[in-house]
Amino acid sequence: MPSVWTKQDSGPVTAMTAYLLKRLAIAFATLVLASMVVFAVLEIIPGDPARLMLGMNASADQVELLRNQMGLNAPLALRYLHWAGGLLSLDFGRSYTYSVPVIDLVRERVVVSLPLALIALALSTLIAIPVGLFSAGRHGRAGDTIAMGAAQLGVAVPNFWFALMLIYLFAVWLRLVPAGGFPGWGAGIWPALKALVLPAIALALPQAAILARVTRSALIEVLNEDYIRTARAKGLPYRAVLWRHALRNAMIPVLTILGLQFAFLLAGTIIIENVFYLPGLGRLVFQAITQRDLIVVESVVMLLVAAVIAVNLLVDLSYAVVDPRLRSRP
Amino acid sequence: MTLRLDMPEENLASILGKAFGNRSFLAGFAITALVAAVALVSFLWTPYDVTRLVIADKTQAPSLAHWFGTDHFGRDILSMIMVGARNSIAVALVAVGIGVGIGVPLGAFAAARGGLVDEALMRLNDLVFAFPALLSAIMITAIFGPGAVNAIIAIGIFNIPVFARVARAGALAIWQREFILAARAAGKGKTLITLEHVLPNIVTLLLVQGTIQFALGILAEAGLSYVGLGTQPPMPSWGRMLFDAQTRMVVAPWMAIFPGMAIVITVLGLNLLGDGIADILDPRSRRRR
Repeated sequence: MPSVWTKQDSGPVTAMTAYLLKRLAIAFATLVLASMVVFAVLEIIPGDPARLMLGMNASADQVELLRNQMGLNAPLALRYLHWAGGLLSLDFGRSYTYSVPVIDLVRERVVVSLPLALIALALSTLIAIPVGLFSAGRHGRAGDTIAMGAAQLGVAVPNFWFALMLIYLFAVWLRLVPAGGFPGWGAGIWPALKALVLPAIALALPQAAILARVTRSALIEVLNEDYIRTARAKGLPYRAVLWRHALRNAMIPVLTILGLQFAFLLAGTIIIENVFYLPGLGRLVFQAITQRDLIVVESVVMLLVAAVIAVNLLVDLSYAVVDPRLRSRP
Repeated sequence: MTLRLDMPEENLASILGKAFGNRSFLAGFAITALVAAVALVSFLWTPYDVTRLVIADKTQAPSLAHWFGTDHFGRDILSMIMVGARNSIAVALVAVGIGVGIGVPLGAFAAARGGLVDEALMRLNDLVFAFPALLSAIMITAIFGPGAVNAIIAIGIFNIPVFARVARAGALAIWQREFILAARAAGKGKTLITLEHVLPNIVTLLLVQGTIQFALGILAEAGLSYVGLGTQPPMPSWGRMLFDAQTRMVVAPWMAIFPGMAIVITVLGLNLLGDGIADILDPRSRRRR
């Protein structure tokens, strides 16, 4: 008897551990491959960073000296290892154009971009889940049609155009919030948040529209299941069924999309930060690209890619939390 | 003559009948046809010449002479939107073509071979998905130079894993069916089965994904042009028009409103069309009704 119990007990745990280890290994391998791709792409770009730093009037000797100092003449594999090792210890090197450590630039910027992306993600979720619940509960009726029509429209709106319209309405016309710029968190929480409100809404609404559609269709799928009918038959009120049984079972596709949306939001900040002149990571990487500040470009790109991989890993893991069935599956 | 066991059970007439009863499909088809027609007409005629700058007419509000107003160079916004439609459609269409042309064979191959080949291709997919598409598109166009062609390549590259994934998932399901077993029993090879039986059966899936990627491509092109990395002036593009509008919002809001609406309407039409096609052809949604 005891052996049966231990077997049953350890089974799910080892399966879960194996699942976790496999996801971790895949995430790490993806990260390593991604770093190679980023390194290789920036390697083949025309233009010598040393020449760029010294200007066109520098002599060939001066350029050569700087190239040696910057380690640009070392063998390719060695440079990659040096760079990748630096990334792991958060030593990204020095920016060519700003002449400061890249990590300092990142630290300054991330306090703008991360709150922005998180506020947008929270806004998107807070709008999308209730709308999805509302629509699924009224499947096929007028409320559903109107809500999904609005979602269909929301999906089609480019966030930067939506941003321009928001600026026109709330900053130019109503003068409620600033049209752009960021006072810094030192100016106080409220002024800083005020500067992030419009960008966050611009980022969030198109994503909310996508998420609402996914939530609705996942819920409708679940609401057709037998156990929902059973729950209704045993006398549970519709609202309780929707929240307690349906929403929880519909979470897997919703979580998947949420994970993907984080990547979209991070990328979206590049354009949105340019619309609102926000000094964030997106604006930093965009300016670095145009100024050919490759060290900054590769560092920020790697950070964003690592963030995407980490979030996708979190999503994979949260499946197991949301859905106990997955825990026992090999 | 081989027996075609994989023929859809419905004939064209019943599919058309369903299409006419589907509001989403009808609306999407009408809007998409309108946008395509506008783009085609722009080759032959536009209200004004988009290359002629008339500074005397700059930033005029919408009027009977200029329905959507004029921009800071006195160019007619309506004419520019018409020519921009041509540009948006071309970029997005070729980008979808790249995705289908490379992604579908890869996905079908992975499904047919299975094992290590499949695993390797899927991990490669994960790799591409780890890069936020817009970020990489900006990098690619910044590195290889801004312009419509590089924008097409940048957007197209990110369509490849999308179509590979859809084709693989669709093909894997088809490979489980009995008629595949029959074809294998008849001695057909994997390539032939893929060409004759698998691909025809995943066309609808690809069509639906195609409209979605087409719409995303239009949004991506607008985004790239907006940050100055897509289509270059003097060729009008919707994204570039919005960039020009940004600093003139206070004096000439119409410069921002109309190009943005053109993007919204086009993308909306394509998404409705995709939803409609999925509804009509998906047996699951048919049962649900």
